Amino acid sequence: MASAGRRVVATGAGVVCTLGNNAAECWTALRDGRSGIGPIQSVDMAGLRFQNGAEARTFKASDHFEAARCDLIDRFAQFAVVAARQAVSEARFEFTGDLRGRTAIITGTSMGGQTSLDRGFVAIYKEGRPRPHPFTIPLTMYNAGASQISMDLGITGPAFTISTACASATHAIGQAFWMVRSGAVEAAICGGSEAPFSPGILRAWEAMRVVTPDLCRPFSRDRKGLTLGEGGAMLMLETAERAIARGANILGEVVGFGMSADAGHVTQPSVEGPATAMAEALRDARTEAGAVDYINAHGTGTAANDATETRAIRQVFGPHADRLAISSTKSMHGHALGAAGALEAFATLMALREGVLPPTVSFNEADPECDLDVIPNTARRSQAAFALSNSFAFGGLNAVLAFRRWEGI
Amino acid sequence: MDEALAAKVIAEIAAVKRIPVESITVDSTFEELAMDSLDAMNLLFSLEEHFGVSIPDEAANSIKDVRSTVAGVERLLAEKSEAGS
Repeated sequence: MASAGRRVVATGAGVVCTLGNNAAECWTALRDGRSGIGPIQSVDMAGLRFQNGAEARTFKASDHFEAARCDLIDRFAQFAVVAARQAVSEARFEFTGDLRGRTAIITGTSMGGQTSLDRGFVAIYKEGRPRPHPFTIPLTMYNAGASQISMDLGITGPAFTISTACASATHAIGQAFWMVRSGAVEAAICGGSEAPFSPGILRAWEAMRVVTPDLCRPFSRDRKGLTLGEGGAMLMLETAERAIARGANILGEVVGFGMSADAGHVTQPSVEGPATAMAEALRDARTEAGAVDYINAHGTGTAANDATETRAIRQVFGPHADRLAISSTKSMHGHALGAAGALEAFATLMALREGVLPPTVSFNEADPECDLDVIPNTARRSQAAFALSNSFAFGGLNAVLAFRRWEGI
Repeated sequence: MDEALAAKVIAEIAAVKRIPVESITVDSTFEELAMDSLDAMNLLFSLEEHFGVSIPDEAANSIKDVRSTVAGVERLLAEKSEAGS
């Protein structure tokens, strides 16, 4: 086969979220089943129907950027840059020769720098000022994460941003995977980031009535909705050939990517769309459904998603669905929207590598509508070799990644 | 030149660039102060806020140093007080 068949591996991961400020801290929390969800501190929550969120509480911009740069980079893009630095550093990837121009940067975000825009609108509509701060546009633009990474690391290859709501990062990683596999680029930094904690954005989510006043309890009968989270995660992808040649530490292999659109309701999920995306990821990976061991579910904790996702999994896997282990790590890192798929891709890669499947925490009671093995509350040792990571967005856009444990060529 | 006004403009520049006030004089050029286009934009925003004036785009493009900035603000303040009187 031509270059379309190059094998693609992840050799570095960077993560900032409520569970920690680097990949090791975040994986330890996921493995230990420790949730980072708690009362939101960065916004005055008086009068809101929900109080909990998954904030990156210990992340300080000044630890990572000099003061003048902080003015020019919204929190969502700060997460993107810090995660990208970590991913490249962990991969020990050196941009020698023409690699600066042959590396792609593909970032996902659902809301971009809307917290900066919200601040600007407060200045105009509430404080009566004539205009918002002049940096509002570069702070807000959705591509700020990709742009800031390119400037920070001096990477001159293809760089762009994908915004497909809660599937953004999964679409971004999938696109990057395809570009490396096809030979369009040699390597890619890809993932997503999100920072949705502003008064205006939180009230917009409240108005949708999908945020739980409780904890996020995916697949549990008493689930009441999602918990918003923030953070960023980036993966360093490259060809297996290059990774082996330079003696890189391989985290796992990306083997498939599938997408679909529901072409249905704007917020009500369908069975068919997610099922098609899972089937497409398996087809792209040239793998039978029976080979799948673990699924990191979209698992938002809303009544509609978890029941519908369960039906979609049953449709794709048939009887094998009862042999699958499934968990929603959103129960720990919250729903970080456009970053969610990257946090979960990281969790999935680590689960395969470490032989530990992270649990669905805060789980109270089985729901007949969600009758799968959802790894309730406690992580599980496993020899899982093949996994999917699901992301299903508002607007009916679905994206699924397939990963395989790395066991050498 | 209004010395008090110049001092205020210099203080705004120092805040925008995060440099000591003492490193700026009325004869400093933006180039000497390493003010790029974003810094200049940021400065104009601060001046508009501080002095309650609106700096037109043409004027914004023409100022390249502290002296012309002070002169521009002085003119806008004069126009403002005439309009108000």
